Amino acid sequence: MKASTVRRVGSRLASLLASLLIALSLAFALGRLSGDPTVAILGPMATPEQRDALRHQLGLDLPLVVQYFDYLKGILTGDLGQSLQFYQANTTLIADRLPFTLQLVAAGMALAVLVGVPLGVLAATREGTWWDRAASTVALLGQSVPVFWFGMMLVALFAVNLGWLPAGQSGTPQHLVLPAVTMSVYPMAQIARLTRASMSETLAEPYIDSARARGLRGRRVVWRHAFKNAMMPILTIVVLQTGILLSGAVAIEYVYSWPGLGQLALQAIQFRDFPLVQAIVVFGALTFVLLNLLVDVIHSVVDPRVR
Amino acid sequence: MTGAAQTGVSGEPARHPRTPDTDTAVLVVDDLVVEHRDRSTGTVLRAVDHVSLRIGAGESVAVVGESGSGKTTLAMAATGLGTRGDGAIRLLGHQLSSISRTRLRRLRPEVQVVFQDPHGSLDPRQSVRSGLRELRRLQPERTSWTSDTELLDRVRLAPQILDRYPHQLSGGQAQRVCIARALLMRPRLIVADEPTSGLDVSVQADVLALLAQIRQSTGTALLMISHDLAVVRSVCDTVYVMYQGRVVESGPCEAVFVNPRNDYTRELLAAMPGARWRSRR
Repeated sequence: MKASTVRRVGSRLASLLASLLIALSLAFALGRLSGDPTVAILGPMATPEQRDALRHQLGLDLPLVVQYFDYLKGILTGDLGQSLQFYQANTTLIADRLPFTLQLVAAGMALAVLVGVPLGVLAATREGTWWDRAASTVALLGQSVPVFWFGMMLVALFAVNLGWLPAGQSGTPQHLVLPAVTMSVYPMAQIARLTRASMSETLAEPYIDSARARGLRGRRVVWRHAFKNAMMPILTIVVLQTGILLSGAVAIEYVYSWPGLGQLALQAIQFRDFPLVQAIVVFGALTFVLLNLLVDVIHSVVDPRVR
Repeated sequence: MTGAAQTGVSGEPARHPRTPDTDTAVLVVDDLVVEHRDRSTGTVLRAVDHVSLRIGAGESVAVVGESGSGKTTLAMAATGLGTRGDGAIRLLGHQLSSISRTRLRRLRPEVQVVFQDPHGSLDPRQSVRSGLRELRRLQPERTSWTSDTELLDRVRLAPQILDRYPHQLSGGQAQRVCIARALLMRPRLIVADEPTSGLDVSVQADVLALLAQIRQSTGTALLMISHDLAVVRSVCDTVYVMYQGRVVESGPCEAVFVNPRNDYTRELLAAMPGARWRSRR
């Protein structure tokens, strides 16, 4: 690896760590600003002495600075605290729910890429035609339709009226179909729009005319020369969108009663289980930072100009 | 190249007389009109206005004129890469108006284009070796006549260039790579669209000498597009001078240089670097 590459990765890593520290600090602050957790745990009838005892047990009576450094130390040692609601380690709870979310995000993003990329390429290669207009309309609709509403419509049609697919829960591949389709809609639209824009720009480059002039087949020119050069922003948005969805597709998991991280986050918020909310936010921030780093590494590998 | 009628800017457009040996020509353009429509305003701009031109096998022809005179539009239309317009274009014996897309694609290796921007013409993610390999896969029989290193040697490039990417090449090296790729296909016609405009003066001379040498050694016909009369004089036998989409003067290069008949040609010659010095001499 070249010294310049090491320097670039190093500086990127430093900026990502700074972003991570800000995200962790925000998670800590939000946990303390969202109300008194002792009310949620002990109920409104508890005495002040009982509340003080619980605060002491949770370490909430310590100065904020001490709490903050304890919290950071816990993260560094892999201890994300214990849930107030489930009486289990937050890492265990996240590890139990993560496979469900991973399954859903993988299926949703795969669908989004498989539909969004060809749709964007089609629009860019047939710019100004009705193919372009149709693809752009589909993309615009995908970004405008509320996910919550779209999920309910799919349930009403395919589960309630037609009875083809289950309305909720998990377990079989059939259970995955409707949540994955719902999840794919927004990123699909985003990927399609970005692919169109990036491809349009690349198709106007002189090396595309040059490739055509040399007698290369249209398909090869589009995929081997244009798409290869246009794919970096697309790849970036795919990875970042995956990060966003991994840290909690709350609405989708709620509509389909999908037992993933989104559902867990919702339960934690409803119960004011601030250690769990905090742990989920930490997990999301870590995932996001790692995926950002992955984008940079892919960029370095794929683009010879960055190597 | 047979002589073409010469006219003034405001006179009748230059028309190329139909000749009986049309079939041996690599390119015949007859009465071509190309118009561009501005989508937003709906206005129509006539970029090429009743132009006729002929390039025989092994001939070297230049089209010169200022920016916007329609010379590149003419070259792109004539090679089937741009808007074809109205009029007859016969490329390597095929009428472009009736040729299928597949047939035209198969014809492309025989007509190679060297573009103005050498860096822009090379895929930024493709090494020189990979670019040549792609052409060899496309046309295995046509390209088997030489190895990569021999080919680079012909365009005066070292074999170390093979593993470089476009951003690692100088302008002159990139243009030589473009010429090498054109040469690899053993074309019958090379269209060079302002091949030296973005290069340093010393590199320009090298690239021009290379094109002239290739033409002599391979017998490939050359259509050179340029705004610079000095550039075409050293390489081409025949010149067409274009102004506002029309050919205002054409003829053997030396004749046009020594005895220009059209005012616009005189202006172009006067604008050549060193023109005053030459006229004082």
